[in-house]
Amino acid sequence: MIIGLAHYLAVAAILFTIGVFGIFVNRKNIIVILMSVELMLLAVNINLVAFSVYLGNLTGQIFAMFVLTVAAAEAAVGLAILVTFFRNRGDIAVDDASMMKG
Amino acid sequence: MALQAIAFYLMAAVTLASGFCVVSARNPVHSVLWLILAFFSAAGLFVLMGAEFLAMLLVVVYVGAVAVLFLFVVMMLDVDFASLRQGFARYMPIGLLIAVFLAAEMVLVASTVATKGAARDAVGPVASGAGSTLSNAEAIGRVLYTDYIYFFQAAGLVLLVAMIGAIVLTLRHKPGVKRQIIMNQVLRTPKTGMRMSDPKPGEGIDA
Repeated sequence: MIIGLAHYLAVAAILFTIGVFGIFVNRKNIIVILMSVELMLLAVNINLVAFSVYLGNLTGQIFAMFVLTVAAAEAAVGLAILVTFFRNRGDIAVDDASMMKG
Repeated sequence: MALQAIAFYLMAAVTLASGFCVVSARNPVHSVLWLILAFFSAAGLFVLMGAEFLAMLLVVVYVGAVAVLFLFVVMMLDVDFASLRQGFARYMPIGLLIAVFLAAEMVLVASTVATKGAARDAVGPVASGAGSTLSNAEAIGRVLYTDYIYFFQAAGLVLLVAMIGAIVLTLRHKPGVKRQIIMNQVLRTPKTGMRMSDPKPGEGIDA
């Protein structure tokens, strides 16, 4: 790795922060919230791969693959829940989703 | 060296800029397209780090599957997206404050790690590198199918459960649609399928 570890870590940190910021400002739009979560998982993957290459240890890349798997599963189930929610409500505003309790 | 630095800064800038556009775009379809760009340039960063296999996996899984799934859902749902952006300006200051603190803390940690060095572990599986003859994919395969075989199968199980869950959640049987029920057809016997009737002339059969 010719570019230093700190550069990749900084990129991942800023990307993660963008994800958190996206969750904050798009509190009603659950689609963008899901996309923000994907961005945060991507930042985690960048961190894992950067450390894996820096330490010369493949475990980080293996776990980045598992994170990828879980992210794909999460997106599929989340979007399925979203579609069902839209069918029942005709809207996807999540700030008044309190009907889901019980 | 200079070329790598240019590539790194270009792809990092594109990743971060498109990441910001994902959260700030007015139209969710544009958000999805920016997300695809972010994943592409992150895959470029992975290639730059020497993790080619994960980069290709990122392109195939995220761009090919997850982003298209998002695109389908966004375009399928008929939602007034303008009304969903009402709180944007209200939550902006607190969001920015927390984001700035979070980024500052994490960049601080990253620079500390870079100056002091992360703990090196000598016992882990060796990555492919300049001194190794293995390609990245081969090295990953050798580790994944031996040391992490149970995790690998558990990941497959997670995907299976997610697939079944998504199908169960979205499957809907419309009432009033005639369906073929094969079991009922198989269970039909001559006794239930046939009726002797004696119609009178000019009346026909009632049922």
